[in-house]
Amino acid sequence: MPGPYLDFEKPLVELESHIEDLRALADGQDLQVRDELRRLESKAEDLRRKVYGNLSRWQRVMLARHPARPYTLDYVERVFTDWTELHGDRLYRDDPAIVGGLARLDGEPVMVIGHQKGRETRDNIARNFGMPHPEGYRKALRLMETAARFGRPIITLVDTPGAYPGVGAEERGQAEAIARNLREMARLPVPVIAVITGEGGSGGALALAVGDRVLMLEHAVYAVISPEGCASILWKDAAKKAEAAEALRLTSEDLARQGVIDRIVSEPLGGAHRNVEAMATELRRVLIEELAALRAQPPGVLVERRLEKYARMGTWREEAAP
Amino acid sequence: MTWWQREKTGLKPQPKGSRREIADELWVKCSSCGEILFRQELVKQRWVCPKCRFHFRVSAHEYLGFLLDEGSFAETHRGLLSEDPLEFRAGKDRYRDKLIQARQATGLEDAVITGRGKVEGRPVIVAVMDFNFLGGSMGSVVGEKVARAIGDSLAARQPLIIVSQSGGARMQESILSLMQMAKTSALLGRLRDAAVPFISILTHPTTGGVTASFAMLGDLVLAEPRALVGFAGPRVIQQTIQAELPEGFQTSEFLLEHGMVDRVVDRHELRRVLDRALAFLTWSEAARGRREGGAVRLDDGPRLAIRGGDEAAPRRATGGGPEGHDASA
Repeated sequence: MPGPYLDFEKPLVELESHIEDLRALADGQDLQVRDELRRLESKAEDLRRKVYGNLSRWQRVMLARHPARPYTLDYVERVFTDWTELHGDRLYRDDPAIVGGLARLDGEPVMVIGHQKGRETRDNIARNFGMPHPEGYRKALRLMETAARFGRPIITLVDTPGAYPGVGAEERGQAEAIARNLREMARLPVPVIAVITGEGGSGGALALAVGDRVLMLEHAVYAVISPEGCASILWKDAAKKAEAAEALRLTSEDLARQGVIDRIVSEPLGGAHRNVEAMATELRRVLIEELAALRAQPPGVLVERRLEKYARMGTWREEAAP
Repeated sequence: MTWWQREKTGLKPQPKGSRREIADELWVKCSSCGEILFRQELVKQRWVCPKCRFHFRVSAHEYLGFLLDEGSFAETHRGLLSEDPLEFRAGKDRYRDKLIQARQATGLEDAVITGRGKVEGRPVIVAVMDFNFLGGSMGSVVGEKVARAIGDSLAARQPLIIVSQSGGARMQESILSLMQMAKTSALLGRLRDAAVPFISILTHPTTGGVTASFAMLGDLVLAEPRALVGFAGPRVIQQTIQAELPEGFQTSEFLLEHGMVDRVVDRHELRRVLDRALAFLTWSEAARGRREGGAVRLDDGPRLAIRGGDEAAPRRATGGGPEGHDASA
């Protein structure tokens, strides 16, 4: 199993490493050991189902933030071809927390844009842990508008703790940058597919996630605020993050039930990080299918339907005015 | 978002006609300069401290009084109530109960009032938020009422004015609150395509999901003096960067300096500025002809939106010159 593991994965990791050891030792010759291996592997499979089949919402959050979870560039490598990264917002600087560029999906040119977290400490600092500044959102919009001018579909991959809360970000108009993306993404005259791949951190996620189709990987999460933030405000205690995660209803199933996302993309058992190749293959298959359906619609209809979809969002009851 | 709580001194909900108003003290201490002010005088001064020009936070109804011609306001879209879709509770605190308490304390149905009115005789559509209702937070009802106000504005081709005052998206409705940002912003795109003016007025405080959606999307963005305006709350930023925040950070004046708002406008100047802005932001017949004759657009979508707006209401004649009032509606 790759990389670091989470607390609830520990029994599984132990069993798996035991199996590894035994396999190395036995060399596949000893019948008795082979039987034992078979027994252990079936036990591991059961354990996997048990561990990953009953995750609490907080555990799902941890899985979505798993340090080994694939990020945008991991998918770019596997889902698309001819990746050519493009940089800069033409106003201030290039924000490495968002990557974007030209690519092909099954041969067809598309613009791919996504949040990018770093893998090691240095990379993570450079990427600001996937928390964009306004210039990141402005780069994203610039690339989307470029795609729209040339009739190319847009695919976004969303994975961020949120837009960066810092002095420079405020000075340069974090709120304005997000707001503008929301307005403009709603009327891009080309197909827009957004995929929540990991953490959907509030407005910082939404600013790349207004689309005709919003997909969500099975173990991704998406909410208006982080469980920690919610807990510290409403519970006045950041330690109540697990309770807050429950209350926020932030899993892919929760969001599908509320009609906010259009489709769940299933992950390999245990999560995307346990089999990145399989995850990428499945995502590629789904994206090709989704894009084909969207391409059949004329741009005007596409924009009109997208707007109508967002105009319907929300739930309220209406009583006769008193 | 508990940072607002330090602002509490001297800021009390003042719904019109509530019993609290009568019971309130005769004197009010300015929460900025500490001056003791005679309450009646302060009301006359539109809740602006005569000594330091501090703009007290006021209720939505009071703000409507500053904004609109006397007696011109007619409320729209009443009767929309939150559903508590997630049956949200934080410990013992149930969202459902919080809503009931907020309704009782403020006399409002939710954190925004919408309606029609006039500014110096010009018909406008207004939406005014109220911080006293759950921190002015935006959930489904706020989003829907703002959306309907945008729709009214588009249908009547009358300018939209939104007065923001909000801690951001409403956590208790989670993802649906977040979606209100996309919903309101998307619909404002339609208003923009139809060239119907939208003036956004930022008051203390405007933060989070409201700033990061409709509040920053005005054709004009005006802000009251020294209002706190930002995306993230100052405390969150301080915790993140582990350093002192610069002097005057996230005030209206700070935003003005950084090019994020058009003007900082004193409450006493507001109607004069609006009058000029509304006169300017009305399509002249000549310009309309140019637009419709030679418009080249990227796609069909926005054009559909423009057609919808034009057909929904008869075109208004524009007044003569920048001072001319439009009395056709």
